[in-house]
Amino acid sequence: MKIKTPLTDAAGQAMLADALCRVPDPARRGFLQRTVTLGALALLTGCSLSDDSAVDQALTAMSRLNDRAQGWLFDPARLAPTYPDSMITRPFPFNAYYGEDEVREVDGAAWRLELSGLVARRAPWTLAQLRALRQESQVTRHICVEGWSAIGKWGGVPFAHFLDLVGADRHARYVGFRCADDYFTSIDMATARHPQTIMALTYDGQILPPRYGFPMKLRMPTKLGYKNPKHIQAIFVTNTYPGGYWENQGYNWFGGS
Amino acid sequence: MRASTIHAPWLRITHWINAVAVVLMAASGWRIYNAAPFWPFTIPAGATLGGWLGGALQWHFAAMWLLVANGVVYLAMNVRTGRLPRQFLPVSPRQFLHDLGCALRGRLAHADPRHYNAVQRVAYLFVMLDIVLLVLTGLVLWKSVQFPLLRTLFGGYELARRLHFLAMAALLGFVAIHLVMVALVPRTLLAMLRGR
Repeated sequence: MKIKTPLTDAAGQAMLADALCRVPDPARRGFLQRTVTLGALALLTGCSLSDDSAVDQALTAMSRLNDRAQGWLFDPARLAPTYPDSMITRPFPFNAYYGEDEVREVDGAAWRLELSGLVARRAPWTLAQLRALRQESQVTRHICVEGWSAIGKWGGVPFAHFLDLVGADRHARYVGFRCADDYFTSIDMATARHPQTIMALTYDGQILPPRYGFPMKLRMPTKLGYKNPKHIQAIFVTNTYPGGYWENQGYNWFGGS
Repeated sequence: MRASTIHAPWLRITHWINAVAVVLMAASGWRIYNAAPFWPFTIPAGATLGGWLGGALQWHFAAMWLLVANGVVYLAMNVRTGRLPRQFLPVSPRQFLHDLGCALRGRLAHADPRHYNAVQRVAYLFVMLDIVLLVLTGLVLWKSVQFPLLRTLFGGYELARRLHFLAMAALLGFVAIHLVMVALVPRTLLAMLRGR
């Protein structure tokens, strides 16, 4: 600190004020320095920050916190916008963790939907049985985690209706899915019971084609694409966090709007 | 406040936290943009943060809390201390054009760093509003179903994506000019570091 020479009354008073304010200064200065150091560190290390496991752990912890924040923000009655048929994106893009030439062909006649966990009636379902249930259709926007979006038309059984039919515990925390393409994911019960969450059996009025998830995909306009599992073989209801294919690699688990 | 103080501690702290948050948000946001670019260019991967899309999203959705919480403290303190009207108002188009002309000819005096000229006022007000725009368009992208009013206001999800990007570009434009000005008048950096 430089010592100022008080030449005038005003300068003297300024110095006195200065001196009085200096008492809490070390702590404040220390805090500021640490803040600046943190900023400089972030600027200098850039991408290599993400290699550090402590940073990874902190980011994962933040992602879990964001799951809770999003669960809290989620209004089960708030509907995603719907669109006229004329706005459907054609062709609707294919997307999976594998290429389009690797799409799984599932035998619809042999296929059974298996149920497990906190479900009262666990008998497997055939495709014909699912088609005999109440059907609804929607034209909604599919938003991919990559940022792009496309509008599509899906039809099928309202999932809340199905969960009631099989006696799924509505107070359970998670609904998990295992798929014929070895994909797996899980969602929160509030989204599972959202009025626009449907077990899609059709796309654009036709039987769901293999590339869109034959025989059944879960369609949720309130979730990002990776939360909408295709070729579903098994559904389970649980209170134990089931994770997911992408979620286990770092995509946010709630993953929805 | 000390007679010699230009920037109060809260201002310096929020300024530097904001600088860190903006760098983290921009660098991770570029990586997210690269996953599905809507214009015919991508951002060089070396300038991005996160290593891959999932990592970039984790950074983006962690740093957003820093940006918003710090921004709220900054605005609240500006209002509470009366700094907002004192430092940034009034702004008149005439004064702005006059000061801009002087600035471009290199004749704008920085005699008193406590006093902002009209160009500075407009620039700082602009960047405050721009960050608010970034947060609001970001909310539409993150929670398009939960904020229907915002979604409609910004013309739907796809337009909000582009507005979010443009607001980022505008913020970087501000940062570029800001850094040039700091280079031209280096004692403003000292003032932002130690307060005087």
